[in-house]
Amino acid sequence: MTKKLKAGPVLYLILLAAIIVLPVIARAEDDDISNKFFVPPPPFSPGIFPCSQCHRGMPVNKHPRKLQMHQEIADNFKHMPGGWCFDCHNPDNRDKLRLANGKLVSFKKSYILCGQCHGVVLRDWKVGLHGKRTGMWNGKKEYRLCVNCHWPHNPPFKAIKPLPPPVRPADIK
Amino acid sequence: MGKFTKKKDGIHLDRRSFLKGAALGVAGIALPLHKADASVWEAFFQKRFIEMNDAEKKQVLARLEREYEEKYKIAIKVGDEKAIPGVLFGYGLDLSRCIGCRRCVYACVEENNQSKDPQIQWISVLRFKKGEKWVDLENSDRYYNPELVPEEGYFTMPVQCQQCENPPCVRACPTQATWKEPDGIVVVDYNWCIGCRYCMAACPYGARHFNWAEPGRKPEELNPETHYLGNRPRYKGVVEKCTFCIQRTRKGLYPACVEACPVGARKFGNLLDPNSEIRYAIEHKRVFRLKEDLNTNPKFYYFFAYGT
Ligand code: HEC
Ligand code: HEC
Ligand code: HEC
Ligand code: HEC
Repeated sequence: MTKKLKAGPVLYLILLAAIIVLPVIARAEDDDISNKFFVPPPPFSPGIFPCSQCHRGMPVNKHPRKLQMHQEIADNFKHMPGGWCFDCHNPDNRDKLRLANGKLVSFKKSYILCGQCHGVVLRDWKVGLHGKRTGMWNGKKEYRLCVNCHWPHNPPFKAIKPLPPPVRPADIK
Repeated sequence: MGKFTKKKDGIHLDRRSFLKGAALGVAGIALPLHKADASVWEAFFQKRFIEMNDAEKKQVLARLEREYEEKYKIAIKVGDEKAIPGVLFGYGLDLSRCIGCRRCVYACVEENNQSKDPQIQWISVLRFKKGEKWVDLENSDRYYNPELVPEEGYFTMPVQCQQCENPPCVRACPTQATWKEPDGIVVVDYNWCIGCRYCMAACPYGARHFNWAEPGRKPEELNPETHYLGNRPRYKGVVEKCTFCIQRTRKGLYPACVEACPVGARKFGNLLDPNSEIRYAIEHKRVFRLKEDLNTNPKFYYFFAYGT
């Protein structure tokens, strides 16, 4: 009984500390994600980044339409049904991606964007099961961004040419 | 008559015919007695690698490096990195991702110095029609060659040494030239292998390969970073197989096939580490092993990540 009473103020202190510290932890977690997963740079087409070189000051039109630029993206776009550019891109600063909650993420962390809708895959990716890691099995690993394997505008993995089959025993001289 | 060959391009003892000769009591086996051939004697009376102390190993590695240099005219490093304590290697292969592109097959050949002519490949990729009874390895197609993969209606399964905990190949070897290391890798001592191929008959996975001829590969294409029990150049008449890239993995690197796989279907790590990706696969996905009923207890796990 007395023990419980003594625990009271301690508990209170812990709670207080938690209230003060929690927002810091939340922010730290965000940074954590950026630093924990070592990834290659985003696979942009040469010269296209920063997007703001063209988009700064350009009027924003949020409606699906024929585009004067990037039309191959609009033509081949096939991802979430009814989706359009600004489900992922940020209208105001095109150099960033935008999450559903309005938060901006850098292209270096586009996996956070994908993870909004593909939570299980993102979880598997973080532990190294989905996607690919190279380097040390017992040390530093390089991840691959989701967009290294999935073109975000039409994401199924693209078919590739297989390497030659083995020679048949009969063909061995 | 015991014969061993000292060709201009190096020395390899045909231990099988020697033993045969000895068993038949044939006297006067022609062993060279002049000094220049000391290394032949050394090679012949070499113990199994597993029984050597560090000094003996050092000597053998130096001798091999000399022989390889003489034979291939390039410097080849023969290492003997030991098993890392507390590590038991395990492999995972996600069949819901594999597309059968064979990138792994050729990355393995490059890394592990397989012969190109005649062709030896440690990884075979088998193709099955979806819906067919499939774990029937013998009825699969390994010669498929479409324009593009994956192909609608098929799936593919790479097979290589399954690194059994209970390896029938090891039991079959009459000279104990093959054994299981503490980290679970089944290795071959090419200087002890007599080429009887009992191990090949014993392996249920077709994972062992025989050098019917002198391995054919341009010296400049050899990977010079080797391990005694792994990818060092082999001889005519010996058996070889996947070693989980022992020369890489004992240094902490991923195997070459893991690095090469474009879809990320290949997983590798320490089965004793609860935080490893291989443990995650085993604990969170539906896994199975090939021919589980044979009690070979492979450390090679196939799984389907998609849908689980
Ligand atoms: C060379 C100039 C240029 C660059 C660089 C550029 N864009 Fe554009 N972008 C355009 C033009 C022009 C349009 C078409 C506007 C229209 O048709 O109304 C456009 C349209 C778009 C649209 C369609 C929505 C809209 O605003 O009308 C998106 C989304 C977009 N760009 C994203 C990007 C991103 C992301 C990058 C950087 C990775 C980028 N752009 C780089 C010129 C550029
Ligand atoms: C599912 C989210 C998503 C949608 C929807 C989307 N994008 Fe993207 N887009 C991305 C991501 C992520 C990248 C970055 C790829 C990378 O890192 O190379 C990107 C890259 C780009 C680029 C740079 C491409 C390059 O060649 O490097 C352009 C331009 C672009 N998007 C335009 C568009 C347009 C136009 C639309 C609408 C028709 C659109 N995007 C819809 C996620 C999306
Ligand atoms: C706003 C939600 C949303 C975001 C963000 C999103 N996706 Fe998707 N994605 C979907 C939906 C819904 C589907 C399934 C419908 C379909 O196939 O079009 C899908 C399907 C996929 C598929 C499977 C395609 C197939 O048919 O096999 C892949 C791969 C994929 N997404 C990758 C990504 C990647 C990579 C990103 C990040 C660049 C991303 N997604 C971001 C909603 C999203
Ligand atoms: C090394 C390549 C690679 C990377 C990196 C990768 N994927 Fe995939 N992913 C694949 C392959 C291969 C498939 C199976 C074929 C397909 O459906 O496109 C797949 C399938 C998918 C699917 C379809 C559902 C499923 O489980 O099969 C989704 C969704 C997906 N990936 C999302 C992602 C997201 C999100 C990321 C990043 C967090 C990511 N992928 C990273 C290769 C990759």
